[in-house]
Amino acid sequence: MLSAMSVPLTLLGLLEREPSHGYELKRDYDMFFGRGKPLSFGQVYATLSRLARDGKAIAGPTEHGEGPERRRYIITDQGAAEVETWLTEPAEPEPHLQSVLFAKVVLALMLDRPAARYLDAQRAAHLRRMRELTEQVQDGGVLDTLLADYGLYHLEADLRWIDHTAARLDLIAQAVRR
Amino acid sequence: MSGTVTGGRPAPGSGGQQAVGGKPAAIIEARGIVKSFGATPALRGASLTVRRGEILAVMGPSGSGKSTLLHCLAGILIPDEGEVWFDGRRLDTQSEDRRSDLRRDRFGFVFQFGQLVPELTAEENVAMPLLLSGVRRGPALAEARPWFGRLGLEGLEQRRSGELSGGQAQRVALARGLVARPEVLFADEPTGSLDSMSGELVMRLLTAAVREQGTTVILVTHEARVAAYAGREVVVRDGTVGSLTGAMP
Repeated sequence: MLSAMSVPLTLLGLLEREPSHGYELKRDYDMFFGRGKPLSFGQVYATLSRLARDGKAIAGPTEHGEGPERRRYIITDQGAAEVETWLTEPAEPEPHLQSVLFAKVVLALMLDRPAARYLDAQRAAHLRRMRELTEQVQDGGVLDTLLADYGLYHLEADLRWIDHTAARLDLIAQAVRR
Repeated sequence: MSGTVTGGRPAPGSGGQQAVGGKPAAIIEARGIVKSFGATPALRGASLTVRRGEILAVMGPSGSGKSTLLHCLAGILIPDEGEVWFDGRRLDTQSEDRRSDLRRDRFGFVFQFGQLVPELTAEENVAMPLLLSGVRRGPALAEARPWFGRLGLEGLEQRRSGELSGGQAQRVALARGLVARPEVLFADEPTGSLDSMSGELVMRLLTAAVREQGTTVILVTHEARVAAYAGREVVVRDGTVGSLTGAMP
């Protein structure tokens, strides 16, 4: 459901809640963000290895017990800073980015971040883009207008979702916090 | 100047037209406005600065207080607490008569439902603000007529409001709001009753006309597509004003 870009940041966000094993991350990701498209174990472990390689997470010692060997991953300061930035910055306003907006809101609430502030930033970014497109509509020819209108209507739909969500943050927070 | 400056604070716009920090001077400012209707608070300390010549969108969900804010800024409602300034003068302390003169001579209005006078022709409706200011009928109608061409209403001059479509009636209302060349146009959901095509046309014509005249516009809307015609937007939530970008509202 999420774009390939967002999966590492979402897993990193889940790691910020608490150090976790790969299978726990997969379980939580699938529950909150997978929505019928679960991550494969291969994708989870490959992503965790990359995060460790890039200094955003640390792999703990191998734990021996029943079942396969497993390691607990811990987020680093660098990783936490990256999550912070991602959750605060509006996404590039394009049509069909609902999944990224959704992930940011849910993670922000999960991590006790100011989700309303993020939504405001996203709303401002959307309105800025809509203003640019509106200028194109006023200045352009028929086809330019047609294309700009396509963007305008989709951005407007996102904005309605943003307003709807902003009005229900308390309710959503209850659903995602433990 | 009859405005009273309280607490030694400077009056917005009192220094004339000079810009501070490269921005045009404020034409309207609200400071900590509180307004309740009975026990129901509508505004709880709303502050806002409107710069001369800008188109400002005031957004917010229904019931957030945005129309009440517009009515306070226009001197239609008097806040329970706080101050409203227009062009360097305190507005909310002036008498009803003076505020009424101000609304007639320096402000224009467009509402969601055009609110044309049904007994009058479209042309007479447009000329109405001029007639109320004491302009004689002939010159007032002569001033009104070019607006029909500008807003794509040619041939509809003699129609009454019942003979106009919603979009046409709203364009007549827009012409009426602008005919006296007001310094500030207050527009409350001006496209709220229109389909998207008519709404878009009204907004295009509105922005073109006010840019040409240098009119300041305060545009109340809950629609992002309409707000996108403004140069800046603020959001009213729970009776206070916030900006989306963290800048001062």
